[in-house]
Formats: sequence, C-alpha cells, structure tokens
Amino acid sequence: MTTSDQIQPTETSNLPQPGPLSWLRFSLFWLVACGLAYPVVTTFTAGTLFPAQANGSLITRGGAVVGSGLVAQTFTGDQYFIGRPSAAGAGNDPTNASGSNLAPSNPALRERVAATSAEIAAREGVPASQIPADLVTASGGGLDPHISLAGAAIQVARVARVRGLSANRVRELIAANTQSGVLGLGQPGVNVLRLNLALDAAQ
Amino acid sequence: MDIFLTYALAFALALPLGILIARLFSAPASRFTSGLLRLTGVDATRPMNWRQYGAALLGTNVLIGVAAFLLYSLQGGLPLNPDGIPNLRWDTALHTAASFITNTNQQHYSGQNSLSYLSQLVGITALQFITPAVGMAALFAVLRGLRGETNVGNYFLDVTRAIGLLIPASFVLALLLTSQGVPSTFSGAKTATLIEAQTVEGQAVTTQTIPVGPVAAMVAIKQLGTNGGGWYGPNSAVPLENPTPLSNLFQSVSIILFPVALVCAAGLFLRRRRFGVALIAVMSVMSAALTLGAVLSERQPNAALSGLAAASGNMEGKEVRFGTDATALWGAITTQTSNGSVNGMLDSFNPLGGLVPQLGMFLNDVYGGIGVGLINMLVFVILTVFIAGLMVGRTPELFGRKIETREIKIASLVILLQPLLVLGFTAATVALPSITANSNPGFHGLSQVLYEYNSAYANNGSGFEGLGDNTPWWNVTCAVVLILARFLPILGPLAIAGYLAQKKAAPETSGTLRVDTPVFAGMLLSVMLLLQLLNFAPALVLGPVAEQLTLSSPVNTGATK
Repeated sequence: MTTSDQIQPTETSNLPQPGPLSWLRFSLFWLVACGLAYPVVTTFTAGTLFPAQANGSLITRGGAVVGSGLVAQTFTGDQYFIGRPSAAGAGNDPTNASGSNLAPSNPALRERVAATSAEIAAREGVPASQIPADLVTASGGGLDPHISLAGAAIQVARVARVRGLSANRVRELIAANTQSGVLGLGQPGVNVLRLNLALDAAQ
Repeated sequence: MDIFLTYALAFALALPLGILIARLFSAPASRFTSGLLRLTGVDATRPMNWRQYGAALLGTNVLIGVAAFLLYSLQGGLPLNPDGIPNLRWDTALHTAASFITNTNQQHYSGQNSLSYLSQLVGITALQFITPAVGMAALFAVLRGLRGETNVGNYFLDVTRAIGLLIPASFVLALLLTSQGVPSTFSGAKTATLIEAQTVEGQAVTTQTIPVGPVAAMVAIKQLGTNGGGWYGPNSAVPLENPTPLSNLFQSVSIILFPVALVCAAGLFLRRRRFGVALIAVMSVMSAALTLGAVLSERQPNAALSGLAAASGNMEGKEVRFGTDATALWGAITTQTSNGSVNGMLDSFNPLGGLVPQLGMFLNDVYGGIGVGLINMLVFVILTVFIAGLMVGRTPELFGRKIETREIKIASLVILLQPLLVLGFTAATVALPSITANSNPGFHGLSQVLYEYNSAYANNGSGFEGLGDNTPWWNVTCAVVLILARFLPILGPLAIAGYLAQKKAAPETSGTLRVDTPVFAGMLLSVMLLLQLLNFAPALVLGPVAEQLTLSSPVNTGATK
C-alpha cells in the first residue's frame, strides 16, 4: 500500500533469478519444516495440555481399557442398549472405518434397512413407523458412538425388563449419558457405550 | 444454529484476517519472513516478471511432485515405517502425488494402512501447507499484475509469507481440536477389551483396536488449507477426527475462513474495496443458495426407508451428533471451497442433495480454493467485462487497461478446459462399463463417474466414495485432469495479468464500465450461472435429476412392496 495507482507501466525486470538448485533447496526445506517440525511441536504441545483427549478419550473399568468414548462398540445382548448399524468392517471396526456409500436409489440399501427394521420391531415390540431413522441407517464413519434420544426411548422397556430395573431409573441413566452440543449446535445423542457401562455399574 | 454460527464466525474472523493478509503481502518482508527465508538459503530479494514467477512456481511444484512420487514408491525401504507398509503401486503413487501437489487430496489408496509415517508426514502433511501457500502466492502475483505492476513479486517470498500464516493458524486450531478429543500422539494404536465379546465368521472377537496418531496437527491444516484429505478413511465423519458439534463448528469455519479472507484481502490490496464487496456479494449469494438447497434436500426422508421407519431427515451416512443440517452445510461449503473433506457420506445424500456438491465444484469459485478460487473468479470477471463491453459497444477494459484478443483467448481456453476434461473423460469412462467400477446401479452410477472427474478438475478431492477407483485407468486419467486443472488455470490468468500490466492505463471516466456496481455483480452472476448451466445441465439431468424423478414415483419408492 505504498504506491498510488500507476498510470505508466513499470519497466519489466529481467533480473537473473535463482535456478533449479535453489528451487530444490527451497522445496526440501519446507517439506521438512511442515512435515516434521510442525507436527512434532504441535502434537507434543497438544498432548501435554490435553493428555486424556490426545490419547483417544479412553474409558477404563477396573484399571483395564474397555473402549473409547468416541468409538462405538457392537452390542447384541438384550440387557444392553443397541447402537446404529455399522459399515465399518464386521461392524464398528475402527481399522476399517467406512460408511455404506449406498445411494437412496440402491435396492441393496432398502434390503438392509428392511432387515434391520424387522429385527428392531420384533425386539422392541414397536411398529416400524415408530423406529427412528438413525437406528436403521449406517453412520458416515461406521463408528458413531451415539443414538438419538428417540432411539434410546424405544429400547427402555426391554432393558428395564431384562435387568429388573425401573423404567425411570433407566431413563435417568440415559439422561446422564446424553451428550449435547454447546450453543445449540448439532443434535443431542446418547452415548451407547457409556450408557451400557453405567447400566452394568448400577446393578 | 450450526449454519448461522458457521457463516457468522467465518465472516467475523475473515475480515481482520483479510486485513492482515493484505498488509503482509504489501509490506516489505517482515523480520520473521526474512528469517524464514534465510533458513531456506534462497535469495528472494529480486522482483520477478510473470514469466519468471510462473517458471519458479512450476519448477518447485514439479520437484516436490517428483519427490512425493518417489517417497510413496519407495516407502517400504525408507525409515519411519514401523508397520512395514509396502510401496504404493506406480499408478496409485502417481495419482496420489498429482492429487496432493494440486491441493486436491483425492485419495484412491485404501484407508490409513497404505502409507508409512514418513509418507504421511512429509509426503502428505507438508504438501497440505505448501500447496495452499502456492495458491495464495499465485493470487497475489495476479493481483499485482492487475494493479499494473509488471514485477509481480517474488515467488519464494510470497510462498514463505503464506506458510508463515498457515503454521500458527494450524497450531491454534490443532490445540482446539485436541481439547474436543482429536488424538495427538505418536504412540501406536490402543487396544480395548470389548464389554460384550462378539463372534465374527465363527471367530471370537474380544478386543477393539483404536488407531490414534498425530491426527489433530494434520486435521488442522487439512481444513485451513482447503486440502480435505483426512487421517481416517471416512474423514471428519469419524468421531476421532471430529468428536463434537463444537469441533464440527471449528472445522466448518476453517473450511471457508481463508477463502473468504482472501477476497477481503484482494479488495484492499487492489485498493478497490467496492470491487471486493461486489465479489463477496456474488459469491455469498451462490453460497447461500447452494447451502439452502442441500439443507432442504437432506431434511427429506431417505426413499429407501419409506414404510420401514419413522419419517425424518436422511440419516444414512450421517452422524447423530451432527444431524442433517450440519452435515448438509458441510457438504455444501466443502465443495464450494475446493476443500473436499466430509462429515457424512455424500454418496448416500438424497439425489438433489448430492447435486449441490456437484454444482459447487462446477462453479469452483464460491469463495473457492485458497488463491485459485479467486483467480477463477477473476477470469469470469474478465469474460463478463468483455461480454458487457460488446453489449454496449465499448472497448472492454478492466481497471483502465484494455482487454484484447490475446487476453480473451487465454481466458476462453481456461474456461473451456473444464467441460472438455470433465465431460470428455466421463463420456469415455461410461462408454466402457468394464473400467467404470461404480458401486451403485442406474442413474446414480453416472453421477458417481461424473462426480469423480468433477472433483478432480475442481481440485476438490471429495467423492462418491463407493466408486472402485484404485485402478490404473482411474488413477492415470484423474492424474491428468488434476494436473492440467491446477496449473493451466494458474498460469493462464498470470499471463493475462502480466500482459495487462504492460498496457498503458487510461484514467477512469464517467464512460468507464464500472466493475464494482450491483448491476455488474448481477451481470457477473448471470454469466457464470448461464455458462455452467449450458456446459453441465445435460449431464446433471441424466444423473441426479433423473434419479430424483424415479425415486419420487410411487413404483420405485418401494412403498407398495
């Protein structure tokens, strides 16, 4: 912002410029600075400030690591809340994280949804029209740790019955393990792994 | 709320950042920048003309591209490879090098397990800094030309200034993301004992492997540098890469932050604030329209669920913590800005929701990739000035300098390259079903192919990920599209700016066609929309529009089954 609008074109410079050797030196310097120095300094600082989060938000029970608060686990037993379908490997496999990538027009999606929907309807004793969409759809990464509040609500009766707990007690535990975004961001979700751990602890 | 906060925060931060950038690129090298330059050992004191600038840009990019290709091809025998990951196949290495040197981050290799730590850090993360810096440098060279300076700056100095901005910004974002749960460690994967053991194909599974790593550092520059390539395969949909609605807000804002800030910076740098405002307005109108389209579409139920679940938004491929609005917003802005990261699977969007990302990439300058988005926009400005000049019978001129045959020829070539490459390769690929490798049948299959080339041309990197694209055909053709689509739209406009700067400027009079009025902004908008509609409407009608129409008919929704 030092010069005013130039009316006359300036002289074209033809000064000799650094050649290919300088290009190489410049490139190598930034490959190392951005590829090694930056990640090492950043990772070390972040790991020092937030050690629990930096290591994968692990959950321990009795000293043993039983999962991550950010990664879904597969539950099938009637005493547990059951999470969303997963397209990650054989289900909830973080080394094969994936969505289904099935288009709404793909008959394979409809077949999969129909099977899941029938399974849930039988297990919870509700009509298909009451099953929330998140319980029959695979998440984007295949590791979604949450189900919707409605998705938890239709499972309350079964879990309470199998465990011999009151429905209200189960609802309290759901509320305690519901995570909501600050400032009204996103959607509230029930963390299935944390909820099931709380259920095990409640007995 | 997600949508309002994302735009509000991005604009609130973009203005001061734009002022900072304009100052940084106007002032002589700061002590910090000179210090960095001294470390590189390159003499960056002499100004360059556009040819020298272009040569240095192309030269360093070729060298870095070759280095990355060698790195991926030889990683098996290089250090920092604890898991003994083998070399990438030649065509995958070629595509990956082309993809990361062009700021695209289209990934055809499968998952996290294909790259060694050295490849991941030096071959990927470093390029995620260098390539947006190159885009920013190229933008300021073009702007200097438009200011009438035949010395368009010094390439090494400009790149260093840009990286000097990106590193501290990424550092701060990485800390914010780690606070939300994004891993930051060099230790290996964690193992958890499952609460309820599972049986998979007759085998008992009692543990779960939780991969961690220096994820936050990479995700920060992935978002700030309009890169998009993630640590985990499904990108920011994975809870470890994007754990909370707040981390999602940070990342959404980062996607558009630098692209918006650069438009502010350009207005100040050209000393034409009203022109900057006009560009922002045109871009924002398109951005809002695209975002609205995606949000309304994804609030509709997925047709495959009809009769099988309660009617609500399309949740296939989406995360509960984000919901449909924040996912649709991300899908819209990530494709407007050439970022290409995702927080939900675009392949499973409703057909019209999947149309929005395609439109964003056809336009590719609704804020656009760092530097290059605005350069694309300036090409459209030149074309609009030319058309407007013809309409009123006046010699077209931009900022007082005449736009003549040579400039228009270059601009036309740059604009025509897109339909030629995208539609040409799409047609060639669908003509040979054996090489197409699409995973979804029917109209959606065409959309998948079109999307892949569209994403390659836009240097975006997102995909309809069901496509089986790690084949020699896909790798080589995409590499060709990637490289041509990156460098010709940089060098062409650089040449235009260089030629314009050599011309005598006429003082602006009342007869001058002004480019900073609402009338011109409207004209610019119509020229862009008409051109892209004419280019791509037929392909879009055969893909997403046809898919939507078949889904809407009761026979195909399955409601009668």
